[in-house]
Amino acid sequence: MTSIYQVLVLLLASILIGALVNQDAAAIASVQEAQRGEKLFVAHCALCHGIGGSGGRGPSLNHPQLRRAADNRALFQIIQNGIQATEMPGAWQLTDREILQLVDYVKSLGRTEVAKVPGDPAKGKEYYETTGGCAACHILGGRGAATGPDLTDIGARRSAAYLRESLIDPGAAVPEGFLVVSVVKRDGQTVRGIRANEDSFTIQLRDASNVLHSFRKIDLAQLKKEPGVSVMPGYRDLLAASQIDDLVAYLAGLRGEK
Amino acid sequence: MKNAQLFATLCCLLIPALAPAQVPYRRIVAAGSEPGTWLTYSGNYQAHRFSPLKEITPQNVSRLKPAWVYQIEARSRFETSPIVVDGTMYVTEPPTKVTALDLRTGRQVWSWQRRMPLVIKTIGFGPTNRGVAILDNTLYVGTLDCYLIALDARSGAVRWETKVADNNTGHSITAAPLAIDGKIIVGISGGEAGIRGFLDAYDAKTGQLAWRLWTIPAPGEPGHDTWKSDSWKTGGAPTWVTGSYDPELNLIYWGTGNPGPDWNGDVRPGDNLYSCSLLAVNATTGKLKWHFQFTPHDVHDWDATEIPVLIDADIGGRPRKLVVMANRNAFYYLLDRATGEFILGTPYAKQTWAKGLDARGRPIVLPDTEPTIEGNLVWPSLQGATNWFSPSYNPASRLFYVAVREMGAYYYKGEAEYKPGTFFAGGGERALSGDKASGAIRALEVETGKLKWEFTLKSPPWAGVLSTAGGVVFGGSDEGNFYALDALSGKALWDFQTGAQIAANPISFLIDGKQHVAIAAGHALFVFGLQ
Repeated sequence: MTSIYQVLVLLLASILIGALVNQDAAAIASVQEAQRGEKLFVAHCALCHGIGGSGGRGPSLNHPQLRRAADNRALFQIIQNGIQATEMPGAWQLTDREILQLVDYVKSLGRTEVAKVPGDPAKGKEYYETTGGCAACHILGGRGAATGPDLTDIGARRSAAYLRESLIDPGAAVPEGFLVVSVVKRDGQTVRGIRANEDSFTIQLRDASNVLHSFRKIDLAQLKKEPGVSVMPGYRDLLAASQIDDLVAYLAGLRGEK
Repeated sequence: MKNAQLFATLCCLLIPALAPAQVPYRRIVAAGSEPGTWLTYSGNYQAHRFSPLKEITPQNVSRLKPAWVYQIEARSRFETSPIVVDGTMYVTEPPTKVTALDLRTGRQVWSWQRRMPLVIKTIGFGPTNRGVAILDNTLYVGTLDCYLIALDARSGAVRWETKVADNNTGHSITAAPLAIDGKIIVGISGGEAGIRGFLDAYDAKTGQLAWRLWTIPAPGEPGHDTWKSDSWKTGGAPTWVTGSYDPELNLIYWGTGNPGPDWNGDVRPGDNLYSCSLLAVNATTGKLKWHFQFTPHDVHDWDATEIPVLIDADIGGRPRKLVVMANRNAFYYLLDRATGEFILGTPYAKQTWAKGLDARGRPIVLPDTEPTIEGNLVWPSLQGATNWFSPSYNPASRLFYVAVREMGAYYYKGEAEYKPGTFFAGGGERALSGDKASGAIRALEVETGKLKWEFTLKSPPWAGVLSTAGGVVFGGSDEGNFYALDALSGKALWDFQTGAQIAANPISFLIDGKQHVAIAAGHALFVFGLQ
């Protein structure tokens, strides 16, 4: 016959075990949620924001405070609805729960240690304005030529790794809107430049002198698109490794502030 | 006798003035005999989107110039396919507005706008409308808040309105209704909201529901066993694009959309009838005569809501009544429209999901083509190899023209929890964009589906095509080009930059005896004529 004491001991033990099991289940669920958030990020966000939020076509997300998302609610709304007048689309296909998982994961990116960018930004600025000749093709703070992308806030939009790659091997990741195209007119004249626009019947190019050329495709003997090609020179042979570090440090710090 | 002649003459002169939109059913049946008009969504009941007009030809099409332009106020996509009859053009404007325009000048005659609740649910699509139907002196339009409205064609005054379904649950109407003999056929949108689809017929005079055909069978009905547990209640299969009609067989042909949830099929194992199918429906009773399912257990959102085109042709040495569909799943199908028998199916665009079709037309699905959490690249994208925009069939050349989207997509599987009036899709896609995607107009031999020619487009289009007896095919591009191609060779003949994306279908008609073509582009309607 079981005594009252034995019953109480069994009851207490089962409660304790149940609590532990529940705790484990909660921990497992939390880990699963976090993993799910990371998977969703890789699938839906990393194409632009980079694996681990390191940046790419979209800004890096390894910051404790995100520029456009002051809190979780704002981040949720940005993920759900996108940002107007930018390339950031709304995640119409995700449920609220999935967006919350993404919010958790993106917030965790701000707690990760971001590798310090080596190099001296002040020296990098000097190279930008002198040896590098960057202003001949790029606008920064309203100054320079507009052949290449505007770099005024490039540090907020691109990771240091991306900037380094762009300097060493510009063709590795040509920004959208900078496709190189060469055409041969029926009279033999050749024009090579960056595609400004195109439709099924016409194409518009800006040549190295930033002169706009407009063609009807029917008038062309040849039209060749050159994906993976950039008109920007690679800086591997133009600057020393330490100078590239300096230039990357300078560019990574450009956040659009005046 | 003389007085009688005078009376008859006066009647002929006065009746058109008094009744400028007398469009009895018989007039729509014989639409081909009055090519100066455009009496129903696709031009005729057979959905050919073909104009018998011959004035514009490959030789003179380069002389096309804008005759007039009508601008709308709304900023949503302008996808209207106008109706033209007796000197008036009727267009729909987003979100739900009907306007009558003087055909000669483009000046507004009247305009009617639906007063709608502040919050309208358009789940999985934009707030748009694709056109009206006309029968006798009445126009019919479906609304985003899910009503069918009858308007007096002369004034725009409301004759009656009928609630079709509840917009709070994601039901909505974007398609042009189809007017047949005494009935108005209405399709429903809401395939991403977990609705149970249906096709309705309403009495044209009173607005009373004549019949409803549910596109997902109820318990005890044939096909119900293709759903598990309660999944049929939220299984989708909407009917959001206007179908076609065979007056002799008295059959309506109407496509159905995706099963719900779109990209996560785990909760709905089975073929999920009658999603992604073509339905042949008795116009009098609303009873299903036959069905053909193009994509059983679809998990890529490949609605079969493309236009079913009715043609007659000799197949195997004997004349057949056929229905043709270039399906969103990238296969071109030829079916017997009296019986639903599968005759032929062949790809007309890049697809990576099926090894082919078996002898009964069922796809032989390749492994590992379902959406995944990580994303699975499959062609075509969820927008399909073609979509709601219309194909065209030229009975003289026997060519079928279709606007094709060559675009793949990474398909994602996600969670799917049904909450009434919310997005119920279970995933999504990331489509290949930019120069990784393209478009084309393809001319297919109608009996075989073999490619006769193609014209490449820079981007996957959202505009349909029109072919004419003059030997021209008109189409529109995502970059705003309205263009003309040689119907026999595909050679580009003329183009005009309208200034914004074209997401509409062209039509052709006469103004003062001269052939014109019209297309909605951006937020304006352009009408062109020879100069």
